[in-house]
Parts: sequence; C-alpha cells; structure tokens
Amino acid sequence: MRARTKDRARHGVAAVAVVLLPALTLTGCGSGGSDRGAQTGTLTVLAASSLTEAFTTLARDFERDHPGTHVRLSFDSSATLAEQVDQGAPADVLATADQETMRTVVDAGNTAGPPTVFATNHLVLAVPRGDPAHIRRFRDIARPGVEYVVCVASAPCGKLAAKVLAASGITAEPASEEVDVKAVLTKVRLDEADAGLVYASDIVTAGNQVEKVDVPTAHQNLNTYPVAALSGAAKPALAKAWVELVTSPTGRKVLAHDGFGAP
Amino acid sequence: MRTRAGRGPAVGRAPLRLLLPAALAVAFLTLPLVALLTRTPWSQLLGRLTSQAVLQALRLSVVTSLAAVAVVTVVGVPLAWALARLDFPGRSLVRALVIVPLVLPPVVGGVALLTAFGRRGLVGAPLDTAFGLTLPYTTAAVVVAHTFVALPFFVLSVEGALRATDREFDVVAATLGASRWTTFRTVSLPLAGPGLLAGLVLAWARALGEFGATITFAGNFPGTTRTMPNAIYVELQSDPDAALVLSVILMAVSVAVLALLRDRWFDVAVQGAVRR
Repeated sequence: MRARTKDRARHGVAAVAVVLLPALTLTGCGSGGSDRGAQTGTLTVLAASSLTEAFTTLARDFERDHPGTHVRLSFDSSATLAEQVDQGAPADVLATADQETMRTVVDAGNTAGPPTVFATNHLVLAVPRGDPAHIRRFRDIARPGVEYVVCVASAPCGKLAAKVLAASGITAEPASEEVDVKAVLTKVRLDEADAGLVYASDIVTAGNQVEKVDVPTAHQNLNTYPVAALSGAAKPALAKAWVELVTSPTGRKVLAHDGFGAP
Repeated sequence: MRTRAGRGPAVGRAPLRLLLPAALAVAFLTLPLVALLTRTPWSQLLGRLTSQAVLQALRLSVVTSLAAVAVVTVVGVPLAWALARLDFPGRSLVRALVIVPLVLPPVVGGVALLTAFGRRGLVGAPLDTAFGLTLPYTTAAVVVAHTFVALPFFVLSVEGALRATDREFDVVAATLGASRWTTFRTVSLPLAGPGLLAGLVLAWARALGEFGATITFAGNFPGTTRTMPNAIYVELQSDPDAALVLSVILMAVSVAVLALLRDRWFDVAVQGAVRR
C-alpha cells in the first residue's frame, strides 16, 4: 500500500515537472531573446581522463554562465568512452585525446557535426619526487633495472608513447601497460614505478607530487584533442554551448593553464 | 517415475512457487551469456585461438589461477578448520576480516595490496631494502592478487562444510585414541570433502576471472602479468569483436573444467575419502 502511495506521489512530481519545464524553457526564450539559456537541466560530457582538471574548471564556468544547468562529467580512457557512445550511452558531448578515436564515433554517425580540435598535448616523462632511480634524461629509462610504465597501445597515450620511444631508439620494454594515463601517473605518484610516460598536462595538474623529464621528440609527436556534440544529445543547444566554451578564449586559457597546447 | 531419495513422489510435487523463481534465476543468469554468444564473430575464433598473444594470456591465466588455488588450499584449510573447530577470543572478528576482501571492489583490493606489498609498501619496502625483492610487475604478484580475492570463497565454503559435519565423529575418534591431527586428517577433512571441492572450484573460478586487483597490483604486460581478463579489457578498447572471442574462449575453458566436476565426481570423491 505504502509503495503505491509513494508511486503516486512520484507521478505527481513528474506531472508538475512536465507542466513546468516547457514553461521555464519558454520564459528563457522570451526574456533572453537569444538561444543561450534556452535549455536547462543536466549536460553530460564524456572526456578523456587527461582533461579531468581542465574540464572540471570549465564546468564551473559553464554552470555559472548557464543558470539552471548542471554539468555531469565522466572521465575515462578515450577508447572506453567512444565505445560507450557507440553502445548508446546517454551523453551530450564527447572529447577524446586523439582524432583516431573520435573518428570511430564520427564514422558510426554518432556525432551531431564534424568535431572541432581544441587542444594539443605532448608526452613528458614523470618520475617520482626525488627521482629515486636517477633518471636525468629520457634515455635513462632504457637502463637495466629501471621500471617504467606506459599506457596500453590501444589508448591514445599508448600510441604516442610507442612513437616517441621508437623515435629515441629505445627498445627496453616497459614493466607494465596501464589502462589510461591517470593509471600511469598513479604508479609514478605511488613510487611503484621509476618513470612513466604521461601528458604534459598531467605533470601540471599533479603539482609537486612528481618531477618532469623532457622527451626529445615530444613536440613532433602531438596528440590533438577533438570535441563534438553527439547526435544522441538530449540537450543539443547546451552541447553546442559547451563546444563553444571549450574552443573560446576562456576555454583556451583554462586549457593553457593546465599545460595543454593551442591547436 | 523417479524414485531417488529427495526427488521422488514421496515428498510430493515440486511447488510452482519454487519452480518459477528458480526458472527465472536460470534465465537471468544464462541470457547475458547467450547474448554474448550471438554477438561473437565465430569465424575469428580459430585464428584467435592460435594467436601467440591469446595463447600466452591463456597459459598465464591457467598457471596463475592454479598456483593461487594451491596457495589457497595450503593456508585456507587450516584457517577454515580453526574457525570451525577452535573456540578462541575474537573468532567472529577473524571471520569478518576473512570476508572483507569479498566486499572490497577488486581495484581497491589492488591498491591495498600495493600499499602492503608494493616496493614502498608496509612489507614491500623492507623486502626491497633487505633482499632487493620487488613484487609488482611479476607473475608472482598476479598469484598474490588471485589469492587475495579467492581465499575468502574457499575458507567460507570449507568452514561451512566442517561445521555441517557432526562434531561427534571427532569426539569418537578422540576417545579411540586418535590425536587431533589424525582426527583432522582421517575424519574431519574427508567428511568435509564436498565442501572442500566446492571451495576449490569457487576459488579457482574467482581467480581465473580476476581483473581489477591484478591490473592494479601486478600491472599489465604480455607474458608476465597480462592474464585473459586483462587481455579482454585491452581488446575491448581497440577491437570489441576480439574481446568477445577471448571471452568465449575463457568461458569455454571454465565450463569444460566445471563439467568435468559433475555431481558424480563429488560423490565419488567423498565416498572414496570416507572408505579410506
């Protein structure tokens, strides 16, 4: 009996919401006169894990500029996110750490339009604080006994790692292939690895928990980050606004602050 | 007309209110597996089965899961016996601690293992300075991760079996002059045979499917730490079809082993042990 009453109450709330929502939307249109603020509610953004800090900052800006909206962020390996989108995960925007991964989503017809490149990133070597294994140059990871970790080859950071390792002629094998760049960083941060190949942005956001060693060919091997509104977006206008924010001067500033390069 | 004990007409017809939920449970468990099979690109199966990477992962999985089962048995049987037969202060606390790895998300288990046995870990750091021994990124670390997640299943199962057997048998053996060790070896353990077997199977299955603790604690590298579940996860990111094929292979291996342990085998194992 009680369950039924609760159910009815819930229906009531839903009914009120159904009546109110269009009204709110109409008010938004009427008073604002622009397409901005036309939508409220929750915007779901899927983003590569390297974007964690930058997008968290941008989400606060977005919520401030679009009252009544809430940005739901989900960070994971780009490949995992692309797979989720292709499996019909409810999301409005996708930002990946490379174009190859985004292309699979575009090819599947799951983006609302062509993706926009909004940032670049390059690899650096992260070593634990105090550099216990004395890694001064990139080549030092090839020394016997040095345990370094990289991203798995299917992740964008792993593909990039393979390129810079080959460019430097390093054939020493990593101790482990981690699932994404944050997992690599964690191993270094916990001092469970002597070094790890991570993005320049990860070094910035990790602060003084790790130290940086430059990778010689890093600037010739850049990852470009595309962002796209998704065709299955429940909030297409908000999705478009998010893409605009990320590619705007404000977005650039936040991304540059976190160590990303301009496209 | 079947007349075997417990199934015949003597106890009446099986009630629908039990049969329906049971059928529902079976459907619920098998449907996802059937769905997986329908999506599997079977034409790739043979090619994958003979690929070096898959064979390597499969071999590693079989070796590490069996090694884990061996470790689990050696320390798990005594622990189960102590929990079932000894009265000591804090026994319920010990049992609770044994169950904790069951509720821990495996990834958290992996982090916990790192903080204990990692090279900066509570035990790992002294080991590293004293002997230069580090565990992460080795096959031994995979066995450690497997053991950590599989041990609770085994201990619970064997403890339950030991409790279910009549303690009077122990008492009789003792009055006949058997030492406690002899009683354990010749009476308690054989009587708990089915529970022991069930525990072994559970522990092995849990170890074979282990992913989170392994990838967090041991890492992920072909040949040393990339077990089948790790390989499946990696493939899932680049080639979902390949991941499906690998999953089917892993399922086939486990079903084959479980089918070998039919009810009959349980019975034979028990009878043989008791007669001895």
